[in-house]
Amino acid sequence: MRLGVPGSRRAIILGVAALAVAAVIAPALPSYPLTLLTQVAIMAVLAMSLDLLLGYTGLASLGHAAYFGTAAYAVGILSTERQAGFVTCLVAGVVLATITAALFGLIAIRATGQYFLMITLALGMVVWGLAFRWVSLTKGDNGIAGVPRPELPLPWSLSAPLPFFYFALVAAALAWAALGTLARSPFGLTLKGIRESETRMRALGYDVWLHKYLAFVIAGGFAGFAGVLWAWYNGFVSPVDVQLVTSVETLLMVALGGPGTLAGPALGAAAIVFLKNFVSVYTKRWLLILGAVYIGVILFAPRGILGALRSPNR
Amino acid sequence: MNRVRLVALAVLLAFAAPLAAPPGAPAQSAPIKIGFLAPLTGPFAQIGKDMVNGNQLYLAEIGGQVAGRKIEVIVEDDEGNPATALNKSRKLVDQDKVAILTGGMLANVGYALQPYIDAQKIPSTFPVIAADDLTQRKPAKWIVRTGWATSQPMHPFGEWTLKNTKFKKIAAIGMDYAFGYEIIGGFQQVFEEGGGQIVQRIWAPLNTNDFAPFLAQIRRDADAVLALFTGRLALQFLKQYQEAGLKDKLPLLGGGTLTDETVLPQMGDEAIGVVTALHYSQALDNATNVKFNKAFEASAGKIASYYSEATYTNARWIVEAIKAAGGKVEDRDAMLAALRRVDLKETARGPLRVDDFGNPIQNIYIRKVERVGGKLQNTVIATYPAVSQFWKYKPDEYMKRPLYSRDYPPCKYCQ
Repeated sequence: MRLGVPGSRRAIILGVAALAVAAVIAPALPSYPLTLLTQVAIMAVLAMSLDLLLGYTGLASLGHAAYFGTAAYAVGILSTERQAGFVTCLVAGVVLATITAALFGLIAIRATGQYFLMITLALGMVVWGLAFRWVSLTKGDNGIAGVPRPELPLPWSLSAPLPFFYFALVAAALAWAALGTLARSPFGLTLKGIRESETRMRALGYDVWLHKYLAFVIAGGFAGFAGVLWAWYNGFVSPVDVQLVTSVETLLMVALGGPGTLAGPALGAAAIVFLKNFVSVYTKRWLLILGAVYIGVILFAPRGILGALRSPNR
Repeated sequence: MNRVRLVALAVLLAFAAPLAAPPGAPAQSAPIKIGFLAPLTGPFAQIGKDMVNGNQLYLAEIGGQVAGRKIEVIVEDDEGNPATALNKSRKLVDQDKVAILTGGMLANVGYALQPYIDAQKIPSTFPVIAADDLTQRKPAKWIVRTGWATSQPMHPFGEWTLKNTKFKKIAAIGMDYAFGYEIIGGFQQVFEEGGGQIVQRIWAPLNTNDFAPFLAQIRRDADAVLALFTGRLALQFLKQYQEAGLKDKLPLLGGGTLTDETVLPQMGDEAIGVVTALHYSQALDNATNVKFNKAFEASAGKIASYYSEATYTNARWIVEAIKAAGGKVEDRDAMLAALRRVDLKETARGPLRVDDFGNPIQNIYIRKVERVGGKLQNTVIATYPAVSQFWKYKPDEYMKRPLYSRDYPPCKYCQ
């Protein structure tokens, strides 16, 4: 395995430090900030999964919530109607999201640029439509309430905020390690090559379509992993989880944090979750502030927060 | 490039700073904190504002205190999004330590909050959220509804239509979601039991931009049309209904939101003559309502709607319960019991008390849009006193039937 560029080592150190700090201060935190940190961990998984597409492969998807939501719905339906346990929910959620991505990928990967954006948007709307209209299965607009958190053979019950936070933190760390390994593998480097120049990679004999397709499917699978965690965290699944706004917000997390860095999108997720929840407490005009931050980042740090922290000469 | 790093660091610090803020600590004789959720951004922001204003108006009227304790309302924006509403509730309960949680507008917010509220055992009230099952097949122990159940006004409306009109065959058109199904379903249940027929059920998506294709489908051999829309869709539907020349041919009945006072001032002659049913009308002629209307117009600069009345009366309900509990809101069981025992003889919408499932028994008004003094209003033309959410059915028999949905009641007379 090859080591990444120095900048990415810095991102790893930063990420590990952030994980450690979060793990240490968590017991001292009141339960509300703790639940927000849990949310950050879950959203970080979602943002990192999209980063594999946007940052590494150069594919901007506007339908990433579809896989996130499919998995969340799988958990919601299985655990409320069939009383399914931890493993069933986890496997079913991730597998269903992966299958959805595998199907959608067949349609979407043929397109590039805005066309890819539009097709993923349309496919995302299909899933939203199903969630909204297939009332007998999804309970429609009302959503599925009362999704229980899984019972694990651990001394702590996950229904308490602190154990669930550690659970989500470990899950996020695992997802980060897996995606990071993938990004530095020859496969990940090929993706970067495709991002830089598709024609050149094709000329070198790489199967560009297959690489993009696999990246798409893997990203969908990890988004599904985040969706499983999300359903457990909120105990509630509704069409809001699969709607366009969720996809766009995920895209913003990646862009804000710094695409192609993994740790960056996780940071972006943290930024957006805390901005939304804290600024809105102090002012009704919180959307204005959120917008100003986005514009500020685009003007002063076009490669995202982490991109700005990393060495600029690239 | 240093500047760039500085900006990035500043942004980072800005996110980290609120984490360090100490949480508020509650004390026994400290103010009574009430957490209030409303959609203050997004498509329902105007309604959210009405909700906040109604709540504030009542608390201002009583000087902001009860039983010797000050009342502190903490308003949070739920964006009309269930996940955000959950987040904000956690903040209100865990960080602000509110004694009572209230507010919320959309059904899915209600369903999302219910398990959380029951798990946290926070005495809560829903002034606006009307989804039937919250007080029926899945009753929440810790939530008292101070507003209404969606189908509650529609059962008497079905009976009224049978007795007071010659309409036997009615075509229904509604918004394609639970609120629409429960409005149309409630009407259909009673109307068909009494010998009427719903001959068509058309469901229009929430993002409909043009009603022409739907209006073209409406059966011209029906005696009347029953419609349910809210907000922008209500405005547009009525306008296009008139433009299509249907207004003179097919009289229009509707769910209360079709002509509620958040949209009525923006309507024109197309709304005149529309008959709807709701548990409130701004034009109700009782002393409490007249006084409320005057005060609301003076403070908010617009006419009251059922949303502002809902939170106004809801605030009074909570205050009465706190009084009954002797100001000891920390005793949650006693507080919940007090909320469930509230019995208001005179409110802006008439007498109010709670049934065993946590929903008010209240008057239902059949209203007709008229122009009075140049302004449109929902003139009350009939009153059904003390209507239960179960209408005249026995609760257990009622709840054996499925929840009103896209498929229930089945459309027996549709072709």
